[in-house]
Amino acid sequence: MTAGRPDGRTAVFVALVLAAWPSVRPAVGQDTSAIDRGVRIGIIYRPGVRPGFVLLPRHGGGLDSVRAIVARDLDYSDRFEVITLPGGDSIRLATPGAPPSGPPSRAARPGAVAPARGATATVTAGGGAQGATLNYPLYQALGADFALDVTAGGDTTVVTLHDVAAGGVRRTIRTRLPAPGQADFRQAVHRVADQVLQAALGTAGIAATRILFVKDGKVYQIDQDGADLKLVSASDRQAMSPTWASDGRRFAYMEFQAGRGQLFLQEMATGKRTPVATTGKALDFTPAFSPDGQTLAFSRATEEGTDIYTINVKDNCCLRRLTVGRFSDNLSPTFSPDGQRIAFVSTRPGLPQVYVMSADGTNQELFAPFDYGVTGSSNAPEWSPDGQSVAFHRDVAGTLQVFVLDARSRTVRQLTSVGRNEDPTWAPDSRHLAFVSDRSGYRQLWIIDLDTGRIRPLLQQSGARLPAWSPRLPEATSSTP
Amino acid sequence: MKPVSLLFVIGLSAAVTAASCGPKTPPEQPAPQPNADSAAQAQAEAERLAREEADRRAREEAERAARAREAEEAAALARTTEEVRNMLAAMIHFDYDKANIRSDDAGTLDQKVAILQANPNLRIRIHGHCDERGSDEYNLALGNRRAQSAKQYLVSHGIDGGRVETQSWGEERPLVDGHDESAWSQNRRDEFEIIGGGDALVRP
Repeated sequence: MTAGRPDGRTAVFVALVLAAWPSVRPAVGQDTSAIDRGVRIGIIYRPGVRPGFVLLPRHGGGLDSVRAIVARDLDYSDRFEVITLPGGDSIRLATPGAPPSGPPSRAARPGAVAPARGATATVTAGGGAQGATLNYPLYQALGADFALDVTAGGDTTVVTLHDVAAGGVRRTIRTRLPAPGQADFRQAVHRVADQVLQAALGTAGIAATRILFVKDGKVYQIDQDGADLKLVSASDRQAMSPTWASDGRRFAYMEFQAGRGQLFLQEMATGKRTPVATTGKALDFTPAFSPDGQTLAFSRATEEGTDIYTINVKDNCCLRRLTVGRFSDNLSPTFSPDGQRIAFVSTRPGLPQVYVMSADGTNQELFAPFDYGVTGSSNAPEWSPDGQSVAFHRDVAGTLQVFVLDARSRTVRQLTSVGRNEDPTWAPDSRHLAFVSDRSGYRQLWIIDLDTGRIRPLLQQSGARLPAWSPRLPEATSSTP
Repeated sequence: MKPVSLLFVIGLSAAVTAASCGPKTPPEQPAPQPNADSAAQAQAEAERLAREEADRRAREEAERAARAREAEEAAALARTTEEVRNMLAAMIHFDYDKANIRSDDAGTLDQKVAILQANPNLRIRIHGHCDERGSDEYNLALGNRRAQSAKQYLVSHGIDGGRVETQSWGEERPLVDGHDESAWSQNRRDEFEIIGGGDALVRP
């Protein structure tokens, strides 16, 4: 693994990076080595191709937590090489009255000084008319393509994204953030991070997203960066299989009730929940919203076995049976993002495997190829938001591993092989998956980036399972009862 | 005609009365002794009281015995009910990722058939469970298969399906904590719960 960008750099840069590297990302190093052991196929880790990113260090202004959250979000996007400046203050060559010291100071050109505090006042919304110029050549030498400055201007937070290579300001974001500690503070900062990522790369981020999961029979939510763990279950009954509506305002889940499984819809903002119409006798489970949010597909276990049904949850009507498997079970439906198809699990080949059908139940066929009598059970499929892939887990040598099916070519690749890994769920960027793994000794939630192979724990708590990653969340869902 | 028959009836009844009362009268009712003293009277009174007391004791004793007999019968019934309940609660177990009834469990199910036949008001619910190894959600389908397998066995042996409900718990309610085959094999099971008519059960 090489640090930063592999192409030519000055000796100063090399010296800087050597000094910086031990503190740069030790945790990532561990995780990466773990996934290097774990991944057999499919991960192509090419260090250095990602743009370098540096967050300008500043102190005070009450924005430390904003900077920390934004920096972590951009790091967790796995789209940048986040460059940690060695020694913190020592790189602040530009601050008047704070004489630079250490190796970085020798790299600074005298006069290329960006006033730290005074600069914010001169930054204009137009972006390009930047009063304070950064020492762009220095940051370029550090390997940065982008530099981010977070400053306060009155009660407004000013976030300035510098395009280091172009030597100018790419975008200035002015926003009024809630006070730290307020319920919607972190989500508001996450949204700023997503705006920065959009401005830098033209791509939507995943900072303002959450993950639902089940622990001890209750549904919890957690921000994608591992903060703000919160109970969302509206009752004490045993719950399973939470799943988001694509507008991010509702979720569905199953709850055990006497002799059956009852599906519920719950509003994120209010916590209000409504039961889904049911026969009252069957065990209904694994709900999945259609992309338009009007239909819920689910599994129903009866005397005949388990089959897939759909119901109109807008009008709570029009129950429809999609599969008829007298001697096999059909379960775990997941809609394609265009709503045209449903991938699901069927035991018709003897063991559960991943099948696909049209959304009306016709054209049922095998989806994820397998070797009869050799390949183990395959379960828990989830269609990626971009429609290109279906993640699932498969029994390999007596334990479970996460696989990804290419929906077009119908080839599968195995993503994990360290420990037991199951129940993958897609981030809205279709390149991150959250899943359950016991690789650290007990079952907890992890996140893997399919492009870099980087893997990180989401939640350091035992027993978390059945994760469901939200779509990009609308602002209204930040408030909670 | 009438007076004659009346006379005949009177005569007949007199004869019957004489026949039934005649022999008892002399020993039971000795002629009161004209000169009997008060002590003798008191003794007779005491004997009468003693006789009454003995009768009362005998009655009470009989009642006690009856009560004890009833209690014993109730206890026996409770014992039987408890015994039958325990027989009914006997679990059956499954191979990994399988839902077919194992041959060594057929006897256990046959016993449940007999109990259900002997107790026509009895209704049960079968709970299907899985071990932790399989997929969490797939195990709900598997647990359902396991509960249905046992129900089908009972139905195919003559039990009305309306008396048997089913429920799958997947791997959500393990009987034994642990992460080895010993725990798993105990957790892959059907449990049998009485949901009606189980207050007094008779042996098959």
